[in-house]
Amino acid sequence: MDPARAPSIVVDGLSKRFGSFSALHDVSFNVERGEIMGFLGPNGAGKSTLIRVLCGLLRPSDGRATVAGIDVVEDPEAVRRRIGYMSQRFSLYNDLSVVENLRFFGGIYGVAGRPLDERIQFAVEMAGLKGRESDLVATLAGGWKQRLALGCAILHQPATLFLDEPTSGVDPSSRRRFWNLIHELSADGVSVLVSTHYMDEAEYCTRIALIADGRLIALGTPHDLKRRSIGGELLELACGDIGSALDLVVAVPGVRDAAVYGNALHLLVDDAEGVAATVCGWLAGHGLPGATVRRIAPSMEDMFVYLVRASRAPQPAGVAA
Amino acid sequence: MAVAAEAAIDVRDLSKRFGRLAAVDGVSFSVAQGEIFGLVGPDGAGKTTSMRMLASVMRPDAGSIRVDGVDVVADPDLAKRHVSYMPQRFGLYDDLTVDENIRFYAELFEVPGRAWRERAQRLLAASGMTPFGKRLAGQLSGGMKQKLGLTCALVHAPRVLLLDEPTTGVDPVSRREFWQILYSLRADGVSMVISTAYLDEAERCDRLALLNRGRVMYCDTPAGLKRKLPGAIVHIASNRPRELLEIVRGQDGVDGVLLVGDGLHVHVDSAARRIPELTKAIAQTGVEASEVTTIEPNIEDVFVVLLEQQQRAA
Repeated sequence: MDPARAPSIVVDGLSKRFGSFSALHDVSFNVERGEIMGFLGPNGAGKSTLIRVLCGLLRPSDGRATVAGIDVVEDPEAVRRRIGYMSQRFSLYNDLSVVENLRFFGGIYGVAGRPLDERIQFAVEMAGLKGRESDLVATLAGGWKQRLALGCAILHQPATLFLDEPTSGVDPSSRRRFWNLIHELSADGVSVLVSTHYMDEAEYCTRIALIADGRLIALGTPHDLKRRSIGGELLELACGDIGSALDLVVAVPGVRDAAVYGNALHLLVDDAEGVAATVCGWLAGHGLPGATVRRIAPSMEDMFVYLVRASRAPQPAGVAA
Repeated sequence: MAVAAEAAIDVRDLSKRFGRLAAVDGVSFSVAQGEIFGLVGPDGAGKTTSMRMLASVMRPDAGSIRVDGVDVVADPDLAKRHVSYMPQRFGLYDDLTVDENIRFYAELFEVPGRAWRERAQRLLAASGMTPFGKRLAGQLSGGMKQKLGLTCALVHAPRVLLLDEPTTGVDPVSRREFWQILYSLRADGVSMVISTAYLDEAERCDRLALLNRGRVMYCDTPAGLKRKLPGAIVHIASNRPRELLEIVRGQDGVDGVLLVGDGLHVHVDSAARRIPELTKAIAQTGVEASEVTTIEPNIEDVFVVLLEQQQRAA
């Protein structure tokens, strides 16, 4: 196969056990060149274990994985030279300046001389830090630090970039700017793996892998997962007394789950049209007039909660919260 | 929602300077009994400073704060009996068990033994934490730590709860459980102020104040804020969105384009007028787009557009 077109990451039947605890169980997927793959999962699902295996820091118990064509068990050093890693704490030196941090990471990655000067210039421009090269990192706001940390992680032009909850504590405008940079890297062919439990971060990914209890429980584009995965349709019900409505509405035929969301209830139903036509009348008949109902699109979080609960429970569980 | 005769929290012309920086600059708002009020805004907007003054751990330079009728600035000790403050890192003792942490806070707040035990049992049950009473706090997951922090913050039955980014680092399943507890507190008449930079948190509040540079720009319900967005957000679903970006950006009536994983989010002046135009322009490129539809703006869309508008006007 043409190496330029080969998948950037191949994971095949990967398992990792710590004693009797199974942290990863038979996980398989590919990441194509230039793809932005999001790993979503509850705390302790196995996201970090998976990333550590892919970075060559942990040996899998079973299965195999290659990054840029290199087996992570056979040659972990070579894997690490080809990847960039950015943690949620950004790992910058607060008492060094912007350029000093970049030089420091250049040294770690073995980039020196003119290539280093060029990469530093590139990183400074990319991060929008021109004119602030001598500023101490401690004086930068969260969004600047985040973009500088990204610049440090890609100094050696890695083909694969790992981002561990990259926008923790960064405000929305900076977050959008950061994601524009990630999309530019992906356009240049860099594969990006993001672990997160922020749903707005997940929306920026080209594909999502949902991991729970060490297993891959869903894989697809954000659009497809939201559309197919919640096992029903969602209604939003607004009325004056949502506490009483919550108690009543669970008895309405066709309502599988109900939960409070802001000033309204979210109902998980099999047939949105059917329930929407009857539920308000039914509530009025039980002393709660004036309710209104409308169909809403499930969110990424609806999808997440539904699939995680369904993977843990014998019967399909609720999503509507 | 029924508005009580007197607001649970009433903030008037609150200001705080640090040197030359006006961190909070004439902020006013009020929170009804049993209302969940959100403070949202970029870094440095004044969210945490406002929160600290409400919690009476920081004195304002000017302005007044009344909580349940008590003047917080004049009588911080009295106010503290009504108010509970849960900072981002709540002070749990990792080497004490769940039960011991709760007991510690109960004694700190001088809650009689019988009252706090019943209350703690109810709160732990609501958050699914009952089996973990003997576990060390240091061995809890992030989500469970937040729920324990909340239980400790509620052990003296405060009428007002202040939460600073309460679910940072908490996964969606635990976050939902956390919010179900907040909603049951709301049903009991507890008033809450929550600061957050995350839109899914903001969407769950009854009302929001959008802060920027120490001032309240807008204050409304999430639905009301969304109506303030001029125009509409259109989702273009395509597996080659990058190729569409420049074409879409150049169309009339397009105010902003955001690249998302499986397409583009386009801010247009009028969906009815621009969807047919966009569909036609995309068809001419030969790039396939499976869908061009209006989607509901989220709080982040509104937030970014309103902030940019203000920056342009400044």
